[in-house]
Amino acid sequence: MSEGSVSMGQETDDETAFEGATARRVGLYATLIGLVIFYLIPIESGLVTSIKTSQALINTQPFAPPGPDGVTLEKWAFAFDALGRGMVNSLLFTIPSTLLCAILGSMAAYGLTLVNWRGQIAVFALFIAGIFIPYQAVIVPLTQFWSQYAMLEYRLGLLLTSHQATILELVITHTAYGIPICTLLFRSQYKTMSWEMIEAAKLDGASVWRVYKRIVLPLSVPMFAVVFIFQFTQIWNEFLFSLTIIGSVSDPAASATLILSGLGEALEGVDYPLRMAGALLTALPTLLVYLLFADKFAEGVQV
Amino acid sequence: MKRILGFLRRVRGEGRARTDGGTAERQSTTERWLDSDFVRSAPFWGPPFLLMGFFVYAAIGWNFLLSLTDFSGFGEPDYSSLSLDNYWTMLQDPGIWAATRNTFVLLVAFTLACLGVGLLLALLLDREIRFGRTLRTIYLLPFALSFIVTAQFWRWMYNVNDGIVNQVVGVFGLGPYNWLGSPRLVLGAVIFALVWQFSGYTMVIYLAALRSIPTDQYEAARVDGANAVRMYRRVIIPQLRPAIVSASVVLVLFALKAFDFLYATFDGYRPRRGADILATKMVREAFGRSEWAYGSAIAIALFVLSLAVIAPYLYTQYKRGNL
Repeated sequence: MSEGSVSMGQETDDETAFEGATARRVGLYATLIGLVIFYLIPIESGLVTSIKTSQALINTQPFAPPGPDGVTLEKWAFAFDALGRGMVNSLLFTIPSTLLCAILGSMAAYGLTLVNWRGQIAVFALFIAGIFIPYQAVIVPLTQFWSQYAMLEYRLGLLLTSHQATILELVITHTAYGIPICTLLFRSQYKTMSWEMIEAAKLDGASVWRVYKRIVLPLSVPMFAVVFIFQFTQIWNEFLFSLTIIGSVSDPAASATLILSGLGEALEGVDYPLRMAGALLTALPTLLVYLLFADKFAEGVQV
Repeated sequence: MKRILGFLRRVRGEGRARTDGGTAERQSTTERWLDSDFVRSAPFWGPPFLLMGFFVYAAIGWNFLLSLTDFSGFGEPDYSSLSLDNYWTMLQDPGIWAATRNTFVLLVAFTLACLGVGLLLALLLDREIRFGRTLRTIYLLPFALSFIVTAQFWRWMYNVNDGIVNQVVGVFGLGPYNWLGSPRLVLGAVIFALVWQFSGYTMVIYLAALRSIPTDQYEAARVDGANAVRMYRRVIIPQLRPAIVSASVVLVLFALKAFDFLYATFDGYRPRRGADILATKMVREAFGRSEWAYGSAIAIALFVLSLAVIAPYLYTQYKRGNL
């Protein structure tokens, strides 16, 4: 972040007394480290809690490490048992819908950048507005549709098991809802693309499909990476569609977030260590993506 | 007569001078239509538009229709007798008013707090500091997590007996409080946790905007003898306005989605008194009590609420030529 940014602090430092500048610098770093603690402590506390024995849980502070004898992976094993199938299910619908909405979003953005007719702005506005529709506004018709009208389970009953049908429903739903944001991201790039080259190709007799395949797609590879990372995270983390379309934690197609929401409920309260292990396990795929591609992720966030 | 014939010919696209030095044969109207931008681009944006249009806009229309029925429980909704009854019920339901009030408090407080904290983070990071990139990654980290996941962490943080939050306020001689159990505290506690999750997002938006401020503007202000405070007020904050607008729009959207967080925090459709928002009320009525039509009516209210955000946003984007 520091590269290329305007270094206001640095330049005013040159003009002030050296000691004042040092004191301010110390204050700055103290603030920054305080903030690091604030942003990390809930996650850190979850991590240490999930590996504590019940004795260590009573004897130590919630943010303190358990000590050498107080470590157990028991809760992680439980969480892994409970969430394993959910993690597989989540991957099964997250990966196809991420790929699909990236491709469809790129096509829509190309089509809308290509055109010059009057309705184009209205169509694009409908695409963008789709980003901001709360899921609650569609969730009743959607469950009605999937349970009664589409009858995927009946029509394809011979081809698909009900587990596969539910996964397919989730893929289609997530794709439909991912298209708007993907279209916006791709179009922001396509608008700044060099269209002279494309015009030249068209004069040489290249069709729109050829231009898309040979020129636009290769140029949008970096944007595809951004969209993949962003959409993967969004769809993996989604909960309301899982809750309403899958319907029940015990369904064989239950997603990771759905299973986590009901994990470790006991009569006398909540099994916090188990919940913490489950939460971290559920977060693992997006955490990995995030930490490996932090810069791309930040780029994707800037809608 | 000659004029009319010429007009007809022009309408049909005949005899038009060709300037591209292309092939000699004339194109018929159909051929030109087939060659128009609309037709050539439709295969690209058409299929995604149909898929999205069906699941988003047709679904909203259907949802409105459902909200006019009295559909509850099993079976098929009866579309033959439509009425606004559900909307009248809404007006008389005290639960709706409480949920609306909480929704607005959540929207406004959460958005303003995120904008403020995000600005602080961005201004701290937008200077020559070591590990700037690492710090940005840490502050944005909670944004990569699901509401369901962060809710688990914050339940633990707010735990009455030995939660960290009570230990921290205990240092100042306060508490312990039942943060998630008390109707007066619960909404504030939820907002605080959501700010933890989303302030990094605002920070990233601001940082991108700060980086795009041309350096000569700082130079000019410095030549004029502006101190740091004036610099922020006159140069930096005005330049951030577009970023503030787009960040607020997205933050409002996240706040409307706070349902996930509340569901996971309170193990179900029913948040503690003081934390019920329209989103939780809607899902509870529809999926918890099978009052499908009534839930749909609340969903329409939520949709109208989000329209109030979308429409001005789209309009400014249109004005700025971003559509």
